[in-house]
Amino acid sequence: MADSLSVIAVALVCVTTLVVGGLGLRLSRRTSDFYVAGRTVSPRLNASAISGEYLSAASFLGVAGLIYDQGVDLLWLPVGYTLGYLVLLVMVAAPMRRSGAYTLPDFAEARLGSMLVRRLAAVLVVAIGWMYLVPQFQGASLALQLVTGAPQWVGSLIVAVVVAGAVGAGGMRSITFVQAMQYWIKLTCLAVPAFVLIALWIRSGAGAPDVSDAWSLPFVPRSGDDHPIYRTSSMMLALCFGTMGLPHVLVRYYTNPDGVAARRTTVSVVALLGIFYLLPPVYAVLGRLHLPSLPAGVRSDTIVLQLPGRVVEGIGGDVLTAMLAGGAFAALLSTASGLAMAVTGVLHQEFLRPRLSRLTGGDAFGFGGFRLAAVAAVVVPFVIARFVEKIGIATTVGFAFSLAAATFAPLMILGVWWRGLSRAGAVAGLVVGALASTSAGLVTYAAGALGGWPGALLANPAAWCAPLAFATTVIVSLATPASIPRDTPRLMVRLHTPERVHLARSRLSD
Amino acid sequence: MSPSFHVPTAVVVAGAMLLLGLGVWLAGRGRRRGFLSTVDRVTYSTLHTASLASRHLADGLTPDAADRAGKHLLTILGASSVAICDAAGLLAWTGPGDHHSREAHEHAEPTRTSGAPTVLSGSEITCSDPDCPIRAAVTAPLIADERVVGTLTAYAPTASAGLARATGELARWVSAELDVAELGRARTRAMEAELRALRAQISPHFIYNSLGAIASFVRTDPERARELLLEFADFTRYALRQGGPFTTLAEELRNVERYLVLEQARFGERLQVSLLIAPEVLPVRVPYLAVQPLVENAVRHGLASKEGIGHVTITARDLGSDAEISIEDDGVGTEPELVRQILDGQSRADSVGLGNVDARLRQVYGDECGLVVETAVGAGTRVSFRIPKYAPGVHAE
Repeated sequence: MADSLSVIAVALVCVTTLVVGGLGLRLSRRTSDFYVAGRTVSPRLNASAISGEYLSAASFLGVAGLIYDQGVDLLWLPVGYTLGYLVLLVMVAAPMRRSGAYTLPDFAEARLGSMLVRRLAAVLVVAIGWMYLVPQFQGASLALQLVTGAPQWVGSLIVAVVVAGAVGAGGMRSITFVQAMQYWIKLTCLAVPAFVLIALWIRSGAGAPDVSDAWSLPFVPRSGDDHPIYRTSSMMLALCFGTMGLPHVLVRYYTNPDGVAARRTTVSVVALLGIFYLLPPVYAVLGRLHLPSLPAGVRSDTIVLQLPGRVVEGIGGDVLTAMLAGGAFAALLSTASGLAMAVTGVLHQEFLRPRLSRLTGGDAFGFGGFRLAAVAAVVVPFVIARFVEKIGIATTVGFAFSLAAATFAPLMILGVWWRGLSRAGAVAGLVVGALASTSAGLVTYAAGALGGWPGALLANPAAWCAPLAFATTVIVSLATPASIPRDTPRLMVRLHTPERVHLARSRLSD
Repeated sequence: MSPSFHVPTAVVVAGAMLLLGLGVWLAGRGRRRGFLSTVDRVTYSTLHTASLASRHLADGLTPDAADRAGKHLLTILGASSVAICDAAGLLAWTGPGDHHSREAHEHAEPTRTSGAPTVLSGSEITCSDPDCPIRAAVTAPLIADERVVGTLTAYAPTASAGLARATGELARWVSAELDVAELGRARTRAMEAELRALRAQISPHFIYNSLGAIASFVRTDPERARELLLEFADFTRYALRQGGPFTTLAEELRNVERYLVLEQARFGERLQVSLLIAPEVLPVRVPYLAVQPLVENAVRHGLASKEGIGHVTITARDLGSDAEISIEDDGVGTEPELVRQILDGQSRADSVGLGNVDARLRQVYGDECGLVVETAVGAGTRVSFRIPKYAPGVHAE
């Protein structure tokens, strides 16, 4: 019974995604009265859309699992996921919007006027997108395996097919309304079972869960994790500075009409995410109460899905489980399609279109290339996900954030706030940051968990990679003043001047 | 790891394959090179260097361009140093012997006044440094538009006949490149002038018809007449504004709305308009007045000459990194050949707007972003274009 309900919920979510992707534009109203002005996307709607696309399987399943597994230290994780937007708000939201860039490579080109930096940024966008897609596929496998008992690969295959279909069909582009709705669906799917579980807990009169000190006290070293303070601060740094480098987040900022709207949107995003992230700790604590230990071979990522079945008997539990399974699928489908869309766009624009246009004699808008890119954008992370099954969802996401924090954060923060950034400095920073954080990730994956400081440094590389990349960028920029773009001052004026100030035209345009 | 898969073996095999591939590639390269005679190779390398230099000369004779092109010109000439001057002074000195750079403008003086190449030897160029290679100079004029705009001076230990000949020929080649650069600038100026022309070209018919329509409401519905007049004022302010070349799609569509309100006052129920706008593309930057002329075209050519109700549909779609805007009418349509002539600029017809919008889109975004017109006699017309959400150098005021 639980199986069939959950399967129905998951199928419903998948079909909805495909249908919406296929219909796409038809959702926008057909009116014969005019008033374009009233139709710009409001900051609040856009904030819901950003949150809906941002809250992934890692948030829906992974955060609760990690807190359940490792204790109160991990309460910093949801804080970090939200805090990233605060940094985005203060540092880059409005200037980024004023730059007119649609993607990160666009920003790199607008700021530095260099095709090399643009190419590097494009490669990194694809890398980060793929790294972030992998855990979405893993989450799909987990959720489906748990609720239906299907083999691991089925879940990720379903997600891969649905996402590739939706993106390739040309729908699933920036449909703001749909993504905004996704946020509220996810919030409801996580909140309703949580409130039911809390109510039952209060009624049953059961006290606090019986947990060890290592779980309930902050920063207690334990085997395999002997530097909890370093680990936590490194993770926080990765999340704070990594958010601005996520390809699917930044693309949505383009929808804001101006810099002020970009800031308002970010404030709303922080509020919406803050509300959502109150819920995963509830599952973690109740999980400790009802499931003091997990059976061998069951991953802590599944705690959210297991809980209702343990607490509520009969059909009620089945309905709640189905709701959570559907919510988890909605979470990973919306994030995965957002990411796949961003990766597809970059793959197509930077790598496929120039080649195809040579082959097809200039008619590069033919749709074939885009579909090819969509398939590539989905197949690669799908294959990777098959090989890295043993790594937890939130860990892989952590590496994606570390890579973003060590590459795009220096480029964007220095790009927005420092006139002295040179092309050579940006290239050096991107290369050093990318090499350092990817090699740390590869070593951790290949060598398994190392103990002591090496293990801590390699498993959470952001705390040294990001400063290293910043320092490299600054030092190389200082050493190569000749490669500072000549129009930097003019661009800086444009990035930082509020829209209501009308600058003399001669300063702004050539 | 399954026992059938031995990692060291795999690494060795992969390495061997790579080495083999590299060897084959290198051998192939060597053989290809073997077919070239020395003369061919020299010719090709000279042509290659020249193509590198010509890229820098595309901006005309600026210090920056002269500096970058100088390097390549020096390679072609095989002289010790090269100096490029314009009428005002030295633009760039490439090569050793910097201490002579102050005299370079003076060395070029005779050529600048006479327009003929000159050769200076040991008596005119003196140097206290015995190792200095700057002992003789050959100067040739750079002529653009039949005027001496600068000089190219090659410095060498001795002034050979070969150097004099090479300098003269190279100067002639640079002159041709400068002419091409001037042509490019002239084209840009023409484009700007054409944009200004389009801006001033709110069609007289439209003004006359709008005012007529407004006048008809003055007695019967003064409130509506007042609103229409305000729309008309806003429309003209937008169309005649003195701003940058770009605006947002939202602004442009707002102006289209004003235009349509005025046209509807005239056509009444005969003109049905639907807008299908994805809100995500409203912030996209478009060339100013890129949509309105197309809508005007649809209304004028599609509907005005038709009987009964006419529909105009304006669609803006989000295509990820691009946006597509299309204007469709179910009017009388046209001969595709005529549209082709308009877009090629061969026929001026009355659709100046169509050709102009097409030219501006191509100029800003490249040839693949021009207008696409689908039409046939009696089958209506659909005009669409596709623009990237971000293009370097494109930003609204």
